[in-house]
Amino acid sequence: MLLIPCPWCGPRDEIEFGCGGEAHIARPENPDELSDEAWADYLFNRANPKGPFAERWVHSHGCRRWFNVVRDTATNEILAVYEMGAPRPEIGSPPVLASPDESGTTSDGESL
Amino acid sequence: MRLAGGGRIDRSQLYAFTFNGTQYQGYAGDTLAAALIANGVRLVGRSFKLHRPRGIFSAGAEEPSAIVQVEAGASTLPNLRATQVELYDGLSATSVNAWPSLAFDFWSINSLFAPLLPAGFYYKTFMWPQSLWHSYEAVIRRAAGLGRAPEHPDPDIYDHMHLHCDVLVVGGGPAGLAAALKAGRTGARVVLVDEQNESGGQLLGNRQQIDGAPGAEWATSAAEELAALDDVRVLTRTTAFGHYDHNHVALIERRTDHLGPAVSDADGRDGGPRQRVWKVRAKQVVLATGAHERSIVFRNNDRPGVMQASAAACYVNRYAARPGHRAVIFTNNDSAYAAAADLAEGGVSVAAIVDARPEPGLDASALAAGQGIEVITGHAAVDVKGRRHVEAVSIAAVDEAGNAAASASRSINCDLLAVSGGWNPCVHLHCHSGGKLNFDAVQACFVPGESKLAVRAAGAAAGIFDLAGCLESGFEAGADAAQDAGIKRRGRARKAPVADAETPAPARHLFHVPSSKRGGDYKAFVDLQHDVSASDIALAVREGYESVEHLKRYTTLGMATDQGKTSNVPGLAILSEVLGRPIADVGTTTFRPPYTPVTFGALAGRDVGTFADPVRKTPMHHWHETAGAVFEDVGQWKRPWYYPRDGETMQEAVDRECLAARNAIGLLDASTLGKIDIQGPDSVTLLNRVYTNAWNTLAIGRSRYGLMCGEDGMVFDDGVTTRLGDHHYLMTTTSGGAARVMSWLEEWLQTEWPELDVRLTSVTEQWASAGICGPGARRLMEELSEDIALDAEALPFMAMSEGRVAGLPARVFRISFSGEVSFEVNVPSRYGMALWSILMTAGEKYGITPYGTETLHILRAEKGYIIAGQETDGTVTPIDLGMGRMVSKKKDFIGKRSLSRSDTSREDRKQLVGLLTEDETEVLPEGAQIVSEPRPMPPMEMIGHVTSSYHSANVGRSIALALIRSGHSRIGEQVFAPLPGKRVMARIVEPMFFDPEGTRLHG
Repeated sequence: MLLIPCPWCGPRDEIEFGCGGEAHIARPENPDELSDEAWADYLFNRANPKGPFAERWVHSHGCRRWFNVVRDTATNEILAVYEMGAPRPEIGSPPVLASPDESGTTSDGESL
Repeated sequence: MRLAGGGRIDRSQLYAFTFNGTQYQGYAGDTLAAALIANGVRLVGRSFKLHRPRGIFSAGAEEPSAIVQVEAGASTLPNLRATQVELYDGLSATSVNAWPSLAFDFWSINSLFAPLLPAGFYYKTFMWPQSLWHSYEAVIRRAAGLGRAPEHPDPDIYDHMHLHCDVLVVGGGPAGLAAALKAGRTGARVVLVDEQNESGGQLLGNRQQIDGAPGAEWATSAAEELAALDDVRVLTRTTAFGHYDHNHVALIERRTDHLGPAVSDADGRDGGPRQRVWKVRAKQVVLATGAHERSIVFRNNDRPGVMQASAAACYVNRYAARPGHRAVIFTNNDSAYAAAADLAEGGVSVAAIVDARPEPGLDASALAAGQGIEVITGHAAVDVKGRRHVEAVSIAAVDEAGNAAASASRSINCDLLAVSGGWNPCVHLHCHSGGKLNFDAVQACFVPGESKLAVRAAGAAAGIFDLAGCLESGFEAGADAAQDAGIKRRGRARKAPVADAETPAPARHLFHVPSSKRGGDYKAFVDLQHDVSASDIALAVREGYESVEHLKRYTTLGMATDQGKTSNVPGLAILSEVLGRPIADVGTTTFRPPYTPVTFGALAGRDVGTFADPVRKTPMHHWHETAGAVFEDVGQWKRPWYYPRDGETMQEAVDRECLAARNAIGLLDASTLGKIDIQGPDSVTLLNRVYTNAWNTLAIGRSRYGLMCGEDGMVFDDGVTTRLGDHHYLMTTTSGGAARVMSWLEEWLQTEWPELDVRLTSVTEQWASAGICGPGARRLMEELSEDIALDAEALPFMAMSEGRVAGLPARVFRISFSGEVSFEVNVPSRYGMALWSILMTAGEKYGITPYGTETLHILRAEKGYIIAGQETDGTVTPIDLGMGRMVSKKKDFIGKRSLSRSDTSREDRKQLVGLLTEDETEVLPEGAQIVSEPRPMPPMEMIGHVTSSYHSANVGRSIALALIRSGHSRIGEQVFAPLPGKRVMARIVEPMFFDPEGTRLHG
C-alpha cells in the first residue's frame, strides 16, 4: 500500500485515495470541431510509461481534494506532488511525453 | 526419548495431547513436533501427490512435511506446521493428508505408480476427454487434499492494528536483537517482530556462546533491555508475512493460539482477539530473518528420519528431545559438525559424518575429533533403507563432478540421517517488495541485492552465517537504520558482546547426488511437500520448460504451502545442472506474500457480519419494521421492498400496493434519494455542462429532469434538479448513485473547471422525504398544508413550494415517478417519522397505502420510466433510451461529442422498447435473451435482452422493458425469449403501458 503525501493532509495510506489516471489531459475546448480520431485520443488513449508518470489522485476519504502526483511506475516511488493546474515539475530523466499545457494539448503533443 | 535434563521446556507443566487419536504427553515449551519426537513418533504425514510416508524435517517455518490440522469444529486451523504449533494441555491434532488413517493410507498406492505420475501429469493424463475432467478433478482433489476448512462460523474475533515506527526489525535472533538494541538505544521508535514465543532465534536451538555464556542467556538479557526501552515494542508469536510498497509491512500476531481454543469466558483469557494483523509503516526496515538449512537431493531422501542437521540439534538442545538413537550426518559444509557434536552431547550415538568434501575445516575436524565421531570424506549418501523410517543409509564416493560411484561403498545402520546442504538466507520479505537477489557463488545461496525500499538485511538473512558476524552486522544495521530514519542521537557506546570467531572451510556445491539405480531419481525429492523429484525437473526441461517460471508451474515446484523454502535452491541447482548453465543465469522465481499462511479470519478482522458493510436507514425505518416490511438493499440503504399483510404472498402485496397507488393514495419513503445542494453564481453553468439538456430557462421554484452521461456518451445517472434561488439548486440522484455523482461533480469542478464558482454539499441525510401519489393525494395534502397552494395552477407538475405541512417546515415538490399526481414532501430528517405518522393517520380515510421499491419499480415501468443501472449498463446512450429530445443541440455537455461517434450513431444499437408476451400471465425473467429467429438449440443470434419485467395489476397483465437491436424501428415485430424448457413469444411495443397521454400526471 502506497503512502501518499496529500498536499493538504500530509502522508496517508493509499486506501484513503482514489486514482484518476494520467494527469494533464485537458478537455478539448471545442469538442464538436474535433475529428473522431482526435476525440477518441482524448477519450481513450493514455500513456503507460515505465518510469516517472504524472497522474491525478483524490483524497476521497480525507479532504476530497484532487492533486497531481509524479510516481515512478517501476518502483512506485513518489517523486513529486503538486496542485491541480500547476505544470509538471522537471524530474530526473526527461519524461517520454511532451509536457502538455492548458490549451488542450494531448499527451503526445499533438495539438487539439 | 526425552533427555533427563536440559532444554527450554518446563518439566513442571505436563501437558496431555492427542495426535491422530492417540494420547501423548509433552511439556510446556514444546512444539507439537518436539513433543512427537520426544514420544518417538516418526511418521507424521503423507506426501501430497504420492502419499509417501513423511516425518518431521525441520524445526521451524520451513517445514514441508509435518503439516497438521489442529483441533476440530469451528476453531480448527488446517495446514499448520507441527514445528510451529506450541503445545498446550488438551491439544488435538491430525495429519492433513491421510485417508482413512496415517498408518494405512489408501492413496499410498499412488507411490507404486510414481513413474506414471511425473511432472505435469494433470495436463497429460486427465485432460482427455475434456468432458470428463470434472469427474477426474473431484477424485484428484480428494486424493491430493490438504487440510479441511472449518464448516462453522468462526467463534473468535480478530483485530487489525496500525502502527508507525522509525525502525522495524524482523527476526529476533542474534542479528535482529543486536539491530533492535542499537536502534532502540538511540531513542528511535523501534518494533521488533519475532515469530517464536521467545527471542533468540537460532541461539535457542544451538549451543553457541556469547561473552562466555550460552547465547540464549544473552538473548534473554537483550530482550529484557528492549522491554525496558520506552519506544521499543517487541511482538513475539508474530510473523511478518508481507512487505509491500513504501515500507508497509503486514504482521500476523497469534495471541491465543498457544492456549488452545477458548473453553469458557473464565478460562484465563482476556476476552481479546485470537489473532491480530498489524499494518506497520516503517521508515526503515531491518530484515534479520535468518536462514533455512537446505537438504541434499538423493534417493529416498524423504524418508521419516531424514532431517535438517540444525533441526536435529535444535530438538536436542532446545526441547531435550532425541530425534533418534543412532545418527549419520551427511553434509557438504562445516555447520553440520556442530550439530553432530550437539547430538553426541545429547546422547545420540553419531555413527559417522559423511562429508562430500575432500576435507572439512579445522574447527569442524576438531569438533568431530572431540566427540570421537568418524568422518568419511569424499562420500555422499546415495540411498536410504527403510520405508516408514530410516533404517540404514548407503554411501558412495563422489567424484569431482558430483557423481557418486555406481556401487555403494558402505551401508551404515542408523535411525536418523541429519543432512546439511548449506544455508538459504531467508530473503522472502526482501523479494516481496521487489528487491533483487544476487547469487553468492562462494556460499552457494541467494543473498539480498538492490531494493527500491529503505530496507537492509543483517545476519544470516544477508548471508553472514557466523555468530560474531551476525552480531556485528546486526549492530551496524540498527545504527544505520536509526540514522537513516532521521534520529540524530546516537546511543551510549557499550562493550560489544563477543562470540567465538569461526573460520569455516568453504562449502561444496553439491545439491544433488544422482542415483545410479534404475528409477532412482523418481525417488530423489526436491520439493517434499509437492513430491517434485529430480527426475521431474529433468523431464520438464526435456519437454521444453526451461525457464524457471515455466518449470515452477509445470512441476509445481515450490508451490505448496511451504512455498519451497527448502526446495527452491536445490531445484534451481538441478535445473542449472540439466541446462548446463550457472545458477546465477537460471535465476529464481519470485517469492510472494504471505511468508507463511495467514488465516482468513485475521485478514477479515472485524469486517465481518454486521460490520462487513455499513447499513443506512431512513428516519422512518422503525415504522417500516413495525409494519412488517420486507427490506431490500439499495446501495447501503435498507429500503422497504413491500409491506405484506397477514397471509399475503409477495405478489398479492405488491398488486394491492400498485392498485392503491393509482386508485387511492400510495405513500413511499423516498428519503434515500441522493440530494446535492448546489450554490454559487456558476451553478447553472455546471448544470449545463453535466446534464444533456439545457438549464438556462429554469425558473425559481421549478424542477427539471436531467440525464447525466460520462464523457463516453453513456448514461450513468438521472434525477430531478430544482431551482431554489438565484444561484441555488437542489439536485437529486439515484439512491445508489449519490456518492458517485457527488464525486463526479467535484472532480470536474476541481480538475477541469476551477474557474466556476460553485459549492456542493451532500444533503441526502439532512432531508426525509415522503412521496404521496394517486387520485387522493391532493385532498390529503390540502388537509395538512397550512400555507401552500396545491392546485394544479399554483403548483403544477414540476414545481416546488416551501411552507408547512402538518405543522412541519417542508418543501413540496410536484414530481412523479409513478405517472400519478404526486407530491414529494421533504422535511428535515428529524421530522421524518412525525411526517410519516401524520400522513398515515390522516390518510387512512382515503385508503393510504405504504408501498415499497417493488411497487415503485412496477409503477414506473408501466409508464416506461427508466431506472439508471437497470435499463442502463454503461453502454446505453440517451438516444438508445428514446430520450433524444433531452439532448441539447445548442450547447456542449459531458459526453456530447461521443454521441456522434461512428459507434454511437449506428442505427442498429440496442434501443429501449416495451415487450408484451403473447401469454399475458407469462412474466419474462429479467436478463432473458431475445431472439428473432428461434432455434431448437443454441447458438441463436441474440438481438437484445429484458431489462425490467413484472406482472402489472394496473395493466392487468405482464409487462416488460427490453433493449433490442434497432428496437425503435421494430415496433410491432414478434420476437422470442428462449428459456429453459420453453420458448416465450412476445411483441415489441412502445415502452408505455399505462395512461399514454399523461392525463393523470398533470391532473
